[in-house]
Amino acid sequence: MSTRSFGARIQRNIDPQLLRGEGSFVDDIPLANALHVAFVRSPYARARITSMDVSAARAHPGVAAVYTADDIGALDREMPLLIPHSSMTDARTQRPLARGDVYYVGQTVAMIVAADRYTAEDAAQLVDVDYEPLDVEIDIEKAVAPGAPLVHATHPNNIAAHFVQVSGDPNAAVRRAEHVTRIRVQVDRSTAAPMECRAVAATFDRVTGELTVWDGTQAPISVRGGLASIFKLDEDKVRVIAPHVGGGFGQKVLLFYPDELLVPMAAMQLGRPVKYIEDRRENFVGSSQERTQIHFIELHALKTGEVVALRDSFLHDTGAFIPYGIAIAQVASTSIAGPYRIPNIWVEFKAVYTPTVPVTPYRGCGRPQSCFAIERAMDQLADDLGLDRFEVRRRNLIGEDQFPYEREGLLFADGLKVKLDSGQYHRALAMMEEALRPADFASRQAKARAEGKYLGLGLAFYVEGTGLGPYEGGHVKVHPITGKVYVNTGLTSQGQGHDTVFAQIVADQMGVNVEDVILVEGDTKAFDWGVATFASRAAVVSGNAIFKTAQIVRRKTLEAAANMLEAQVDDVELRDGGAWIKGTDRHVPLAAIATATNPLRYAFNEAAQAATQFAPASKHDGPPLAEGQHPGLEATDYYSPPCSTWAYGVHGAIVEVDPELCQVRVEKYVCIHDCGNMINPTIVEGQVMGGIAQGFGGALYEKIEFDPSGNMVNASFVDFLMPYATEIPKVEILHLETPSPLNPLGVKGVGEAGCIAVGPVIASGVEDALKTLGGGKFHHVPLTPSMIHAALYGGGA
Amino acid sequence: MRTQRTANKLGVRSVDPQVNVTLTVNGETISRSVSTRMLLSDFLRHELGLTGTHVGCEHGVCGACTVLINGRSGRSCLTLAVQAEGADIRTVESLAGEDGALHPLQQAFQENHALQCGYCTPGMLMNIVSHLESGRPLDLTDEGIREMLSGNLCRCTGYQNIIAAVRSAASALGKS
Ligand code: FES
Ligand code: FES
Repeated sequence: MSTRSFGARIQRNIDPQLLRGEGSFVDDIPLANALHVAFVRSPYARARITSMDVSAARAHPGVAAVYTADDIGALDREMPLLIPHSSMTDARTQRPLARGDVYYVGQTVAMIVAADRYTAEDAAQLVDVDYEPLDVEIDIEKAVAPGAPLVHATHPNNIAAHFVQVSGDPNAAVRRAEHVTRIRVQVDRSTAAPMECRAVAATFDRVTGELTVWDGTQAPISVRGGLASIFKLDEDKVRVIAPHVGGGFGQKVLLFYPDELLVPMAAMQLGRPVKYIEDRRENFVGSSQERTQIHFIELHALKTGEVVALRDSFLHDTGAFIPYGIAIAQVASTSIAGPYRIPNIWVEFKAVYTPTVPVTPYRGCGRPQSCFAIERAMDQLADDLGLDRFEVRRRNLIGEDQFPYEREGLLFADGLKVKLDSGQYHRALAMMEEALRPADFASRQAKARAEGKYLGLGLAFYVEGTGLGPYEGGHVKVHPITGKVYVNTGLTSQGQGHDTVFAQIVADQMGVNVEDVILVEGDTKAFDWGVATFASRAAVVSGNAIFKTAQIVRRKTLEAAANMLEAQVDDVELRDGGAWIKGTDRHVPLAAIATATNPLRYAFNEAAQAATQFAPASKHDGPPLAEGQHPGLEATDYYSPPCSTWAYGVHGAIVEVDPELCQVRVEKYVCIHDCGNMINPTIVEGQVMGGIAQGFGGALYEKIEFDPSGNMVNASFVDFLMPYATEIPKVEILHLETPSPLNPLGVKGVGEAGCIAVGPVIASGVEDALKTLGGGKFHHVPLTPSMIHAALYGGGA
Repeated sequence: MRTQRTANKLGVRSVDPQVNVTLTVNGETISRSVSTRMLLSDFLRHELGLTGTHVGCEHGVCGACTVLINGRSGRSCLTLAVQAEGADIRTVESLAGEDGALHPLQQAFQENHALQCGYCTPGMLMNIVSHLESGRPLDLTDEGIREMLSGNLCRCTGYQNIIAAVRSAASALGKS
């Protein structure tokens, strides 16, 4: 094929299936005679269970089993801590079913297995639990104060982790500084809210001893490893499949949720398939959330606006447990200096237990919070020094000639260096100036004000460490019957279009159409080396692994084809599904090459017959398969990144605030984005746009609310305000492509990018719009109408 | 862990009262005995195996479960199967041709990258189809299309490409 697929706007392979309604999400898998699960969940944020009576539930017609902590044998223990870190002492994780105490509203207390979900829910109502409620503190600033009620008696002041990182010599730089800007910023809790809730189904085959689990997880290989070790099964006897998954956004990378262990257990015990399909309320009260952080950030600067030191101390709400360790806070703390040189950094955080749903990464994972802190502080610095907001940034951005830019002393969430590898930060900022024309805007703003309209310009820059290791693999095989190219990797997709972007990488190497490359992932039977889909890492880590593998298969194919065509390798090219002697029409189809490279072949099809028309694929004496030679056109290889690769971008907006209705309307929103070489710009834009929409949710609407006793008061789509099409403005997306020098494809991750900068852009724009009305500062998102009202007319927000 | 299959669990079944319901689904007349409290969404998905209709909230807000009920879009999660007695139901499975050829709206979704995970997509499609087929004049301004989509949540796409897809489908169908 002469046209390159890499970089092209190619339609997705997966779409026709999904569009026809032929997708197979977990609850679509037909499992004859399946039993269904419902959970009894705690109605208290913190309480002691004094008694529990499940007899009525057990006796209810249609109920197959009722489990409490007493009935689950070896599973009755704290679930694994996924990422240990020295800053945590005695990190607390949850038990599958509560034993003795409950730690948040929604925690699983008992599990009902019944003929259908309706019956299971009836029986759940019949479980009689007596609780002795305990005092709680939901507010993280109060929770760390002396005397606050404790979530875990083991953790004074509710502090789960405390960590300080230092880069350069911040103390000396602070002494040298001529000005300090200090602000407090806050980001509230949100949730990923994937449209498909979590789901697990399991079946145990008594004949083969095989446990098969369908799990809408982002990490099937890890789930498989965990299940095999917990159930003491051979790894080969456990197959975990993440079929089509309706969005994940990080929520589905956590393992284990209680159901992920209990459903397979029940399937093994009860001899029937068992499924648990989480409902929306359960997704709110039982599946991980993220975002609450409060930062106290200081920028120590010279009069010129050059920031010489940054100090930031923040509280991070980790919920009732900390199964994912400090990853979110660590990402936030290592991203805190954004795209700026700031050579001296002191950053400290305390992760705080609160009696609420556990906190694990949600798309952005600490980056939206640190971006909000640094960008709001930059705007404040500009104000303090009387500088323009673009100018103060320009004076601090890392220059193109300064890459790689290492923040010595800081370690990223993967334990590796923070080394910003490449970028054109100044150019991106200049493009934004070009797009928003701040000088023209200023006069328009003044004119509009005279007419009683309040326009503001908002701006924020972000960086994103992407493509975290440790590794992923690729397996590529040319099918001898069809000549199609099969590709496997250890990831899963929740809508990112892996099947198309990975196919594009392989299509170029093998000279086939993108539709003729078939990706199978998310199934431990297909490929079981690898990590998971998270941290904007798929294109970088699996993409490069697949690229390296495809290069090996390409080489094998060329060599075999040269033998078959009796030509030199250099004279052979792969295109149009075959190998051709350049400049001639003499060629051999890929299927025939794949067939001929297998010494035992059956002349069943055309490819096999075609293969006999050519010379042998292998030139050697001795046995049909030479020492070290493998049959077929197939290879497996891996890619392990040296450290993260840093994408970045700048977002800007023109907003209009209605001071009477206290509403924000976005008139124009521009995103300038650089994720290195783009494999498929359409898919990149889709990822960015989807992230921006989630960013709008976090900037203006989405806030998980708890009452003082720890009840979530908006655990439904009626009350939790997720944006519809009517809430998302038109967005212009412009690209820069600065290749990453760290990997062969020169790519950087893009999954989380869009959501990071929207909060500070909106806050910056609203502040600018209202400044002549004495609107004050907007250092808290989501930025609600009541906050605007309070800023303009006083009173609590 | 030991497996302890208890033979009596194999026979466990619901004791809900059942009634007979007869309706048309994608042109076919169906008659089934169903539990009186079964949702139409569960009936379509689990009794008829039409799993293209998705459920995202089961409280009537997300629109993922949208189907056509007597030609108008409706929430199958807020409808009981028994309420659909005599009704004519169309689901996403009815859109493509027998040979699998995509409906112009489905095609427009693919061309405009209007879906990512595809979970909201069937509900979106059925809602948009109800507008395209309504015979009422369509408002194909950005604002008009946003209004048309305002009963369907999508968490992946940010809607921009869905808006583009609606516009191009409308023009492909000669509705613009
Ligand atoms: S599932 Fe019916 S509206 Fe959400
Ligand atoms: S495409 Fe995933 S929810 Fe719309």
